[in-house]
Amino acid sequence: MTDTEFLLWVRGPAFNAATFIMCAGLVIRFLEIFLLGRKAELAEARGSAAAGGFRTMLIRFIPDAGSFQRSGFTIVSGYIFHIGLFIVIFLFVPHILVFEAVSGLSWPGLPSNIIDATNVVTMIALVGVLIHRIKDPVMRMLSEFNDYLVWFVTFLPLLTGYLAFHRVALSAPMLIGLHILSVELLMVLFPFTKLSHAFTLWMARWYNGAIAGYKGVQS
Amino acid sequence: MSGPSFERGYNALKEEIDAPTAAFFSSCVHCGMCAEACLFFTETRDPKYTPIHKLEPLRKVWRQEYTFWGKLGKAVGISRPLTDQDLADWETLVYDSCTLCGRCSMVCPVGNDIAYMIRKMREGMAAAGHAPAGLIGATKRAVTIGSPMGVKLPALQAQIRHTEKEYDVKIPLDVEGAEYLCLLSSMEIMNFPEYIGSLGRIFKQAGVSWTLSSEAFEATNSGVQIGVSDIAAELVQRIVDAADALKVKAVISPECGHAYMAIRWEGPNLVGKPFNFKVVHILEVLDELRTQGRLKMKDKEAQKLTYHDPCQISRRGGVIEQPRNLLNMVADNFVEMPETGKMNWCCGAGGGVSSNERADDLRLKTFARKKAQLDAINVNAIVTACSNCRIHLEEGLEEYHMELPLLSLTETIAEHLAEE
Repeated sequence: MTDTEFLLWVRGPAFNAATFIMCAGLVIRFLEIFLLGRKAELAEARGSAAAGGFRTMLIRFIPDAGSFQRSGFTIVSGYIFHIGLFIVIFLFVPHILVFEAVSGLSWPGLPSNIIDATNVVTMIALVGVLIHRIKDPVMRMLSEFNDYLVWFVTFLPLLTGYLAFHRVALSAPMLIGLHILSVELLMVLFPFTKLSHAFTLWMARWYNGAIAGYKGVQS
Repeated sequence: MSGPSFERGYNALKEEIDAPTAAFFSSCVHCGMCAEACLFFTETRDPKYTPIHKLEPLRKVWRQEYTFWGKLGKAVGISRPLTDQDLADWETLVYDSCTLCGRCSMVCPVGNDIAYMIRKMREGMAAAGHAPAGLIGATKRAVTIGSPMGVKLPALQAQIRHTEKEYDVKIPLDVEGAEYLCLLSSMEIMNFPEYIGSLGRIFKQAGVSWTLSSEAFEATNSGVQIGVSDIAAELVQRIVDAADALKVKAVISPECGHAYMAIRWEGPNLVGKPFNFKVVHILEVLDELRTQGRLKMKDKEAQKLTYHDPCQISRRGGVIEQPRNLLNMVADNFVEMPETGKMNWCCGAGGGVSSNERADDLRLKTFARKKAQLDAINVNAIVTACSNCRIHLEEGLEEYHMELPLLSLTETIAEHLAEE
């Protein structure tokens, strides 16, 4: 297989398979959660479950002052790499072209050099997050293979993207092919690992806020 | 009912897992922020007290029973199934080092309600026979005697006679058609009978029709704390029967946090149908009387005081503004602790921890968090609205050589009522 053939395979059959696995996997995950259901609440309501649910979905983006003091590194590094990921995934012009090809939707992007710098900052933040995970006694105790795997498959596309952007060592088709392949690895693992928190956190926040909102409690 | 067994425990855990639980476990990214919200971690720095870690057995059951990969892993023998020893190993984490205060549920960035899940996990732990002896004893007494502390009706009657004499006020018992049925906690009957006198004095001045019941005077619910819903439902049903028989409009939960949670929020779900009456916390009633202008005060508390929010009343119960309104009515110099209201720190004794002698040392160690909060504001007294918090706060203050009087909010209001 030549470098070009590899790129074509990655962009074609592999991409389709990864997209299918990700979508089907997410549907399975959602069904696994929703089909469990929830008992009806029989206590008289004091507030609105829906209002509480929506409120918590949004308000949990803002940590309380005490948490900020006690878990500052987790919060700041978490914000940096999540925002960084958002920028490099959704605001890099070649990525937008892929999204447009798949969905028909398009939006303006940022200059490549800004994306490149953001990519570097995001990688640094992720390395910081990994060191923190290994060194912090609580995170080290909680962490399992899944947590490190998720870190690795998140970091890999950033790294391969950087190498492809700067044309390091290999041919351009091979570098781009490896970058796309690393993204496909992320897509395949997405539904079956903690990466799916990107979707399920909305449910979790909703339930937390709705349980509290029903009681007239702020969550 | 058959005795506890691992199989019963496992099935109970399976049955407890619902969509919110699955959403919560799916979302946890092991960030560890819940640890810093838990006083058992902040005061010991021991990672095992990380709230989400206390749920590891429940998470295992969820993964292996309700997720594709978990089921596959269990089927092909890759993942080790839950064992009775796992539950035994987790007993102290689930009962001794969690007060169900729900502070972790407030800070989790993905929104996990961890306390909600601990409550569920206790159902499995109790069914498997891994509940602390102290809580088992309290629960047995609640079922057989009617009170977790073994308080019987004659003891209450004696306190009623004593109160009526001391305060020259009538304490109604079994009055059919009264507006309110007041519940008490055993601690109020045995340790703080002034609460009963305070109710009598306040309701007399405000012209509130109320009664106690000889059939159901105990508000606390050990069944909820230990995690045995059958027993919890039986204890709630006693109150429902008494309230229906006396045809009251509302039941008043006393100055006790978990009693409020048990009767107000869990009660109808435990007995499986909505109540025919309302359930209100005493602070809600008092604040309503205040807004109606039915509380006339002769003077105000002059000393600088603060309010300790009982977790189940404030953070988990939503009664946050009412005590503050009342304190501003009855006190000249009310100040807040740092991190208060819905973010207050637990006293360390809720959720059945105070009934569990094994946890005594840990409970007192965690009081350092409350001490730090109090040291920051330099007050002359603490007011609270939970007799369980009150007893533990008193113990904690003594342990840390702090001389601060502890006041009940209801009693403080009664003390400052205008004379007839």
